[in-house]
Amino acid sequence: MFKSLEKNLPKIVLAPSVGLISWFVYGFILWTFYISFTNSKILPRYELWGVGQYAKLWGTRKWLIAVDNLLIFTVLFLVICIVIGVVLAIFLDQKIRTEGILRTIYLYPMALSFIVTGTAWKWILNPTLGIEKLFVDMGFENFTFDWLVNRDMAIYTIVIAGVWQSSGFVMALFLAGLRSIEDEIVKAAKIDGASLFTVYWKIIIPMMRPVFFTSFVVLVHISIKSYDLIVALTQGGPGISTTMPALFMTQTAFHKSQVALSAASAMMMFMAVAAVIIPYLYSELRRENVS
Amino acid sequence: MSASTNISYQKLEDRSRITNLLLRWFLYFVLVLFAFYFIFPLYVMLVTSFKTMEEIRQGNLLTLPGQLNIESWAVAWGGRGYGAGDTYLRPYFWNSIKMVVPATFFSTFIGAMTGYVLTKWRFKGDSWVFLFLLFGCFIPYQAILLPMARTLGILGISNSILGLVVVHSIYGIPFTTLFFRNYYVSIPNELIKAARIDGAGFFKIFFKILIPISAPIIVVTVIWQFTQIWNDFLFGATFSFGTAAPIQVALNNMVLSSTSVKEYNVDMASAIIAGFPTLIVYVLAGKYFIRGLTSGAVKG
Amino acid sequence: MYWLENTLLEVSLQEQLRANMLTLKIKDLYKSFASTEVLKKINLDIEEGSFLVLLGPSGCGKSTLLNIIAGLETIDKGAVFIDDYDVSKVEPKDRNIAMVFQSYALYPSMTVRENMIFGLKQAKTPKDKIEQQLEKVSNFLKVDELLNRKPSQLSGGQRQRTAMGRALVREPRIFLFDEPLSNLDAKLRVEMRHEIKKLYTSLKATMVYVTHDQIEAMSLASKIAVMNEGIIQQLDDPQTIYDKPNSLFVADFIGSPSMNFINGEIKKDSQSVMFTPNNEDNINFDLTHYEFENNFQNNQKIVVGLRPEYVSNTESTKKYTKKLSLTPTIIETTGFDKNVTFDFAGSEIIGRFTPNSGVELNNPQEVYFDLSQISIFDSNTELRL
Repeated sequence: MFKSLEKNLPKIVLAPSVGLISWFVYGFILWTFYISFTNSKILPRYELWGVGQYAKLWGTRKWLIAVDNLLIFTVLFLVICIVIGVVLAIFLDQKIRTEGILRTIYLYPMALSFIVTGTAWKWILNPTLGIEKLFVDMGFENFTFDWLVNRDMAIYTIVIAGVWQSSGFVMALFLAGLRSIEDEIVKAAKIDGASLFTVYWKIIIPMMRPVFFTSFVVLVHISIKSYDLIVALTQGGPGISTTMPALFMTQTAFHKSQVALSAASAMMMFMAVAAVIIPYLYSELRRENVS
Repeated sequence: MSASTNISYQKLEDRSRITNLLLRWFLYFVLVLFAFYFIFPLYVMLVTSFKTMEEIRQGNLLTLPGQLNIESWAVAWGGRGYGAGDTYLRPYFWNSIKMVVPATFFSTFIGAMTGYVLTKWRFKGDSWVFLFLLFGCFIPYQAILLPMARTLGILGISNSILGLVVVHSIYGIPFTTLFFRNYYVSIPNELIKAARIDGAGFFKIFFKILIPISAPIIVVTVIWQFTQIWNDFLFGATFSFGTAAPIQVALNNMVLSSTSVKEYNVDMASAIIAGFPTLIVYVLAGKYFIRGLTSGAVKG
Repeated sequence: MYWLENTLLEVSLQEQLRANMLTLKIKDLYKSFASTEVLKKINLDIEEGSFLVLLGPSGCGKSTLLNIIAGLETIDKGAVFIDDYDVSKVEPKDRNIAMVFQSYALYPSMTVRENMIFGLKQAKTPKDKIEQQLEKVSNFLKVDELLNRKPSQLSGGQRQRTAMGRALVREPRIFLFDEPLSNLDAKLRVEMRHEIKKLYTSLKATMVYVTHDQIEAMSLASKIAVMNEGIIQQLDDPQTIYDKPNSLFVADFIGSPSMNFINGEIKKDSQSVMFTPNNEDNINFDLTHYEFENNFQNNQKIVVGLRPEYVSNTESTKKYTKKLSLTPTIIETTGFDKNVTFDFAGSEIIGRFTPNSGVELNNPQEVYFDLSQISIFDSNTELRL
């Protein structure tokens, strides 16, 4: 008896975390999935109602705006973060004397919450006293900057704040990647007569493929989940012009009390994330098994 | 031969020296430019928080305050003292502390144990268990928000610090497991074998051998969890309101609810207060913070 | 006709110059990292077509020296000359060198072909010339089957060949090798060593090769520079380094098992020169009439070095043979011979015995020291006398 306890101890110790994750992650996702096929309003009801909620979702203007916004945001956020991150990482990797300080500056926004970030940028982008006034004071008298209250432009303010928060992180990923490259490869390229540009373009950047992949996954993941930043910066406004799926989901559930519709939107988000994450996990695992 | 080679070598030397110099200047220019972009909001927050509203209206984002006016900081932290409707951060700051400390502890501890089993007591299918847990790092929390709200209600801990501790402890496990598992994988199994031959059992090996050499990863994990939980808004805003809210929720409410006149100086002081603990951690233990970001978030 | 005469003169002068030109010359070179001096006053002259091995323990500065020759590391003081031109500030690519690295340093995103021709492409070599070179080299190195593979799909030996191919296609003035064999397993290492030797024999190009492996050094080099603590201890052909090491360090570093050292004192008078090992007052080695007997003073403390192969059980009546009876403490069989260890004069002495010798542990044994082969070092300066 005691012996079998001793033998199974590892599994017993593992049980709580496996149990908790099974219930609170997988169980809950299944529950949400199920509810999305019901007609639950303020309280969950368990009679199946078919795919009606999904049909309704894709017929809701606000959701379509949210998806549009998500696409715009994701593409810009991704491209700008990666470009800034790669450039900063490569530049910092040139034996810069003040590297430590610069790195600290580039990365500190990552320590701040999206609410703090949003609050700060909301003030900076403020149409009367913010950046607009700064430029007017500098002599650009006709300068206007009203993106925050402009339906067509407000989504870009979220990109500005999001990029500010996350591009340092991409820089850190790439810097770590660059530092893991063997010295000798760069030396060999120098002897081969490659210019600094060629060394990066032809040799180092192709070697960074896994880092690009990782940054892509992490950033897409952040953007699909983005919620706090919008709440703090625009609350989805003006009107509903900056709504995103995560905001749609909580508003539908907790303000509009349409639990099933909200569950359907949550499942759409889940599927979007899964479409990015599962190939990623698969490749990561394969790489680990190879090495 | 050597005369002409001399000349061409000389040319090459000169050319490479000049391009190097230009490149260097360009490099520093870009790096410093971005440094300004990143530091700009922090600077604006700081100077604004020390200005009076009059100064804010008169000047612009960059102008310095006439004198250090700490009034807005006092208001942000302790309110104006007129009772109802007077929101200030102090109680919520302590709410967040009460939430972060136990949740960080529990999730770190469970993650350490789980990582230990998954690397040092391997069994058939253990990598599937790891994958099973790892997936929890990636889910959009919207997919578990509704049932979690109901569960907390049924357990009678919705709208309480305890509820948030439970939520954060559970959803932290995938991350903490990932950290510890990746760390323990790099510790040679011979160490465990030697300990077993010396007669140490499951728990003894963990507490006497692994934990003492786990300091770096414990620091990384604690910092990661602390930052994540402190900065969380979604769970806080969904599962708590009123007096049980954590600081990020309170900050957001304060900024949104200013009724008649927007007090940007108080907003900025509040934002700095809410960001202060994580910023301090970052400044003091940046190395571990970054290691967490790049190793954990490489996968999470 | 004046100009023609002049040109002809110049041509013949150049030929003359070239004939005794030093392909590589290093003059009074110093290098420090932070406050540690890694190279101290290095001087090297390397003639066209020689194979120089920089040999030494790790941290002796040999790799730094190689990187400096390549132009990958800056110089604090002194200069590097290639073909008599000071290249100290010239970029690596303009030095007309090629290098093979310890980790091979193949570009992982490129195929073998792309790896090999990368340098030529950078130098804007015409396409047909590139193809021609590639074909020649890949045939020679037997990598023509692998040209379209990525480095990750190659075995260790194949990577090694590719790395050498990348160096070969450029037809450089000097080949540099940075411990190119240390990542290979023992068997492959011997094979590749032969390949490199073959390569050298057929190309007759100038090569500089860094290693910490004395067997590699001995078998490849036309000249070895033994380095220690940033100083070249000895620069000579392999046999001289082996037979006449100029310091205790070199004597100890080269040879396996390493040279036996016997500490003791010189007793010199008008008739004879005698060496008395420490703690062995009644044993004398008669060094009278040695060619270098005048190098000693009476009572000078010296170290006598004798390679294990000159300590044996084979009876000898040669002039300078010393017979002693010693007790074996360890016997190691190599197959080819037996390495027998004795305690003598306060240290261990190893002798090479014939494999069928009936030597036994703790059983006193006649041992013959061939004193004609000794090296003698001063105890204080540790230099050869």
